[in-house]
Amino acid sequence: MKAHTSQPPKPNVLVTGAAGALTQQVIERLRKTCNLVAVDARKRVELGDDIPSYCIDFNKRTFEDLFRRYKFDSVIHLGRIRSSQLSRMRRYNANVLGTQKLLDLSQKYGVRRVVVLSTYHVYGAMAYNPALINESAPLKSAGLSADLIDSVELESLASIYLWRYPELNISVLRPCNIVGPSVRNTMGRLLASPLAPVMAGFSPMMQFIHIDDMADAIVLASQKPTRGIFNVAPSDWVAYQRALDLCGCTRIPIPSIPPVLPRLILRTMGLKRFPAYLMDFFKYPVVIDGRAFEKEFGFTPKRSLKEIFRFYKDNKKPL
Amino acid sequence: MSLLSFVKSLLISSELDEQINRIRKPIGTLGYDPWGYNNEAVKFGFSLVKPIYEKYFRTEAHGVDHIPAEGPVLIIGNHSGQLPIDGILVGYALASRKKNPRIPRAMIERFFPTVPWLGNLLNEVGAVLGDPVNCARMLANNEAIIVFPEGVRGSGKLYRDRYKLQRFGVGFMHLAMKYNAAVVPVGVVGCEETIPAIANIKPLAKALGVPYAPVALPIVLPAKVHLNFGPPMYFEGGDLSDAEIDKRVEKVKTQINRLIEKGLTERKRLF
Repeated sequence: MKAHTSQPPKPNVLVTGAAGALTQQVIERLRKTCNLVAVDARKRVELGDDIPSYCIDFNKRTFEDLFRRYKFDSVIHLGRIRSSQLSRMRRYNANVLGTQKLLDLSQKYGVRRVVVLSTYHVYGAMAYNPALINESAPLKSAGLSADLIDSVELESLASIYLWRYPELNISVLRPCNIVGPSVRNTMGRLLASPLAPVMAGFSPMMQFIHIDDMADAIVLASQKPTRGIFNVAPSDWVAYQRALDLCGCTRIPIPSIPPVLPRLILRTMGLKRFPAYLMDFFKYPVVIDGRAFEKEFGFTPKRSLKEIFRFYKDNKKPL
Repeated sequence: MSLLSFVKSLLISSELDEQINRIRKPIGTLGYDPWGYNNEAVKFGFSLVKPIYEKYFRTEAHGVDHIPAEGPVLIIGNHSGQLPIDGILVGYALASRKKNPRIPRAMIERFFPTVPWLGNLLNEVGAVLGDPVNCARMLANNEAIIVFPEGVRGSGKLYRDRYKLQRFGVGFMHLAMKYNAAVVPVGVVGCEETIPAIANIKPLAKALGVPYAPVALPIVLPAKVHLNFGPPMYFEGGDLSDAEIDKRVEKVKTQINRLIEKGLTERKRLF
C-alpha cells in the first residue's frame, strides 16, 4: 500500500472555553483533522495526550507565548463567560478585555479565521420585537439590562475587528437557546429541573438548538472563512410553557405585572436558572432568523425539538 | 391533557378539525409558527367565534370570495367599535368560506403583547404585533393579513363620528407594492353600534397606559353586522413619491367608502 504523499498539513487551531460542554463537542469533531490547543480561563481540562490544554487568563502575558509557539491558523472563541457566572466586573474583564487581547494577538500572529460565539440575548427581549429578527437588527439588550452589557460589547468589539482587519475573517455566531445533554446554561438547567418558574400569563415563542447541532454549526463555520455575523437557529418554534410541558416540568407561575413585582420576587429568590435580568426573555419573544447561516454554510439541524424535549423528560433528575 | 381532549371533543367537531388541518400553514413540527400561531388554538377560537358571528351579530358577508385563494393578500377595512370585533368577524368570514378557506392574520395594536394571557391568546389565533417588519415577513410567507390602517384613530372614535374614515397610515401600500400583494377592501357596517362611545377620557387612558378610555355602556350591543368585500386591487411597485402613494391610498379609501355606503343601504335596521 502506498502512503499518501502530499497531504496538506493539519491546521493549528486554538479553542477557548475548553471546560464547556459545547467546546468539548467541538474538540471531539476537530481532533482528527486539526492540531488543537485548548485553553480555559477557569480550569485546566484533561483532553488526552494529543491536545495541549492550558488554564490561562487571556489578559496575562503568558497567553502570547501560545501564539508564538503554536502559530495558529484559526481561533474558535467559545469561552464567553455566561451572564449567570461571575460578577459583572470579572465578566467584563474576561469577555470584553480578554476578547480584545485574543483578537489583537490573532492579528499580530497572522491568524486567518476567527469564529466568535455570542448569544441571541444581545437582541434584547421587549414587547415590540418583530419575529424572525435578522442579523442587522439593533442590539437592544445593553439598554435593557446591565447584566448583558458585556455580551453586547464583546460583539461590537468583534464587529470592529471584523471591518478593521478583514484578513482575520471573523464570524460571529448568535445561537438561540443551546440545550441538550450536559448543557448547564440557564435554559438547560430550567428544562432539566422538575420545577420551572414561568411568568404568569406569558408564554413567548422560543427556539432551541441541540448541543450536537450547535457543535456541527461551529465546525462548519470554522472551515469556511466567510466574514460576518450570523444567527444560528432551526426553523422551528415552540411556546415556552409548551416546551416545559413537553419536558415534564411542573410550572410555577410568578406574578408578572407590574414588572417590579416579579423582579423583586426573582431577586429575592436568587435562582440561577431564572435570574431577574433574564425575566423579559420569559415574557416577550426573541425569535431569530437562522436562514442566512444555513444558506451560507450548508447547515441543517438534525435533532428535532421533540427529540430534545424527550431527553429532558426521560432524565428528570439533576444532571 | 385528558381534560383538554374532552373539552376539545365537546367544542370541536371532527369536520372542523379536518377543515382547519386542511388549510396549510407554514408551521413547525410542534404546530407553531414564528409569531405564535397555533393550529389547535385556532380550532378552539373558531368554534367559540361561530355562535358570536352567526347568532349574536348575525353577520352577513358579501363578496368574501373576492379574496384570492392563495398568495399574499392585504385585507384593508374601516376600524370601529372600541374592541377589535370587526377584525374577528372579517377573519371568521374568510376562515369559514366554503371555497378555499384561509386563516388570515391580523395586525394588532402594540399595547396587546404587554397584557398577560390576552397577548398570547391573540398570538395563538393568528394576531401579530402590528410592526411593518412582521407584516413584510408574513407577506413573504404568502399570508392573508387583515390591516386597519386607521389604527386606534378608527377604533377609538366616538359614536358621532361613525362611518367617517379617519386618516389612513400608508405603510400597507408600500408593503402591497413591494410584495405584489392583492389589496382587498372591506367595508364593515354594524360594529360602530356595538359599543357606542360618547367621550374619551384621555387622562385616564394615559394613566392606565391604554390607547383610549371610552365612556360607553359596559356591554357589547348585538348590532347586525354587514361585511362587504370588494374586488382585489393590485398596485405595481416602483419608486413613487409620497404624493403618488397618497393617491393610491385614496383609491383604496374610496372603495372602502363605497362598500360602507353599500352596507348602510342594505341595512334595514340597527339590531
